[in-house]
Amino acid sequence: MMAKTLFDKVWDAHVVDRIENGPQILYIDKHLIHEVTSPQAFNELKERGIPVAHPEKIIATADHNTPTKDQHLPVKDILSRNQLKQLGENCKEHNITLYNLGHKYNGIVHVIAPELGITQPGLTMVCGDSHTSTHGAFGAIAFGIGTSQVAQVFASQCLLIQKPKSLRVHVNGKLKKGVLPKDVILYIISKLGTNSGTGYFCEYAGNVFEEMSMEGRMTVCNMSIEMGARGGMIAPDETTFEYIKGKEFAPKGIGLEEKITYWKTLKTDEEANFDKEFFLDAEDIAPMLTYGTNPGMGIKINETIPVENNDSFEQSLAYMNFQKGKKLINTPVNFVFIGSCTNSRIEDFRVAANYIKGKQKASNVNAWLVPGSQQVVKQIKEEGLQTIFEEAGFELRQPGCSACLAMNEDKIPEGEYCVSTSNRNFEGRQGQGARTILASPLVAAVTAIEGKIVDITKQLN
Amino acid sequence: MEKFVKLSDTGIPLSIENIDTDQIIPARFLKATDKKGFGDNVFRDWRFHKDGSVNEEFILNNKKYEGAILVAGNNFGCGSSREHAAWALAGYGFRVIISSFFADIFKENALNNGILPIQINAKVLELLLQKIKNNPTTKLTIDLEEQELITPLGNIEFEINPYKKLCLLNGYDDIDFLVSKKKEIEAFEASL
Repeated sequence: MMAKTLFDKVWDAHVVDRIENGPQILYIDKHLIHEVTSPQAFNELKERGIPVAHPEKIIATADHNTPTKDQHLPVKDILSRNQLKQLGENCKEHNITLYNLGHKYNGIVHVIAPELGITQPGLTMVCGDSHTSTHGAFGAIAFGIGTSQVAQVFASQCLLIQKPKSLRVHVNGKLKKGVLPKDVILYIISKLGTNSGTGYFCEYAGNVFEEMSMEGRMTVCNMSIEMGARGGMIAPDETTFEYIKGKEFAPKGIGLEEKITYWKTLKTDEEANFDKEFFLDAEDIAPMLTYGTNPGMGIKINETIPVENNDSFEQSLAYMNFQKGKKLINTPVNFVFIGSCTNSRIEDFRVAANYIKGKQKASNVNAWLVPGSQQVVKQIKEEGLQTIFEEAGFELRQPGCSACLAMNEDKIPEGEYCVSTSNRNFEGRQGQGARTILASPLVAAVTAIEGKIVDITKQLN
Repeated sequence: MEKFVKLSDTGIPLSIENIDTDQIIPARFLKATDKKGFGDNVFRDWRFHKDGSVNEEFILNNKKYEGAILVAGNNFGCGSSREHAAWALAGYGFRVIISSFFADIFKENALNNGILPIQINAKVLELLLQKIKNNPTTKLTIDLEEQELITPLGNIEFEINPYKKLCLLNGYDDIDFLVSKKKEIEAFEASL
C-alpha cells in the first residue's frame, strides 16, 4: 500500500467522488456556523427552494458581532442585532442547534467546538471563517470556506474542492523559558512568509508539538492560514485522547475505546512524501512581536526591524509609525488585548494571571481580557483568576471575537498601538487607524504592567 | 451566476502586495444579511479618509484609471474567508483580477461570484503594472475560452481549472452541480 500522510488518510476517507480534471467531492462531518457568514447562504437555499441536508451536523454560535459587555441586554447596534436575530430565526427554521448569547456553551466558534468535544480526530470540519484551521490540532481536516461554500454544505453536506498539496513543518529541540506556542507559530510564519502555505495543507511535526498541550496546539494550527495554508494538522496522541475524554459531546465508554483505536492510526506513514518540508530549531525561537501589517512581519522581541526597500514594506512601516533598523523595545503602548480564537483559552489566562499576580497595570494602559467562551469564564472564576485580574486593574469582559476584528464596539482608537494576542495585524483590523502588535499572552501581560514594550527575556533569564 | 466569456477593457493598477480581505472590505461593513451594497465600501479605508473625505492619492480615485480589470500586487486576497470581499469587488464593477499570486479562499470566492482571477508571472505583472500606470488607456483582453490574456506586452496564457472554466463560461455554480450528485452522496453516507 502507498504510504500516506495524516492528511491523506483523513481526506481519502471522505472523498465521495472525483471529477476528471476537476475538484473532488469531499464529505463534511461537522459544519460550524456563526452570524456573519451564514445569512446569505440561508437566503441562497431559500431562493432555490433547497432544504438543509443535515441540520444535525451543524452547530451555530453567536460570536463575531456580539458585545462583550451587558450581554443580558438587547444588542445596541441595530445592524448587529438584526444579524443575530437572523441567525436565531434561521437556526429555528432549519432545526439547527444554536448556542446563542447567554447560553452556557456560547463563545467563539473555534473555542467552543473543541471544549464541547465536537472537534475530534479524523473528522472533516468547515466553517465560514478562515481560523477553522484551529481544529486541525486534533488531527481533523478543518478549514475556512466562503459563504457560497457554506450554502453548498447546507445543500449537500459536501464541498467541491481541489485536493491541496502537502507541507510539513518540523520544529525540534527545547523551547526557551517564556516561549509560548504563539511565539512558535509567529516565528514559523516570520521565517516562511505569509504565502508560503498557499495551496497547501500543513502538518506540524517534531517534539515541540508532541510536548504541547491541546490548547497550545490549537494556537499553532489556528494561525496556519496566516502563512496561507488552508489548514494545519497535528497527529492525535495520548494528549489528544485525554483532552477529549469526558467532554460533553465526545464518545463515551466502549464507543470511545473504539474511536481511540482508529485515531491511533491517524499519523503520517514513515515513507510518506510531502511536496514541501521545513526544519526549524526550537532553540532559535524567542518571544515574538510583529512590527508590520501582516503576520509574517515578525521579529524576536529584542531584534531590530529589518531593512527592506520596497513600497509595500515602507507603506506598512509608515502605517505602524516604526522605523527600519530600530527595536520595538520601549515603545509606549496604551492598549492590551488578550483574547481571540488564537489565545482566549484557560491556559492563556493562567499564563497572564501568573505574571500579573500582585502587580498593577500601568496607568496608561487599557487592558481588555476577553475569554473565548462562557466555559472559560467559568474556569477563570473558579480558579480565582478573576480576582487577580481585577486587583491588577484589568477588565474582564464577556466572551466573543471582540477586538480581534473590531466588528463590535471593542475598537482600538486611531494611531494607538495595541499589543494583542489575536492573529492579524492588518491595517485597520482592530479599528480604523489602529496599530496592532501581535504577541503571546505573556508578552501582552508584561506590556500591560509596564505600559511599554520591554525585553522580557532579561526578566526570565 | 453571471457568465464570463470574453472581456476587453482598461485596467486599474494597484501595485500593493499582500492586499488582505480586511482592506478589500473592512469588518465593520460585514453586518448586512444580503449581498447588496458592498461595492460602495470596497477598499473603504484606502478610498476615504476617516472624516469621510476622498483620498485623492488612492488609485481608485484617480479618474485617469478606470475599467473592470484590477491589476494588483502579489498575494492578493489573503486573510479572512469573508466572501463579502468578492461581493464588494463585483459590486464595484470588477470582473477580472490579475496578480502574481492569490490566496486560496479568495480565489474560490471570486470564481463563485463570476470574477476571474488570473495569475501571471511576477516579472510580467511588474511590467504590466508599469505599462498601465504610464498609459491608462492600455487595453487588455481576456478570452476565457482560449485562456489567454491579450496585452500590448504580448499574449499571456493563464491556467484555470477546467471544471471552473466550464462553470464561468456557462454561468453554472457548485450548488447546481452538488445537488445533481445527490445519489452518489447518499450512497457515501450509507457506507459511513
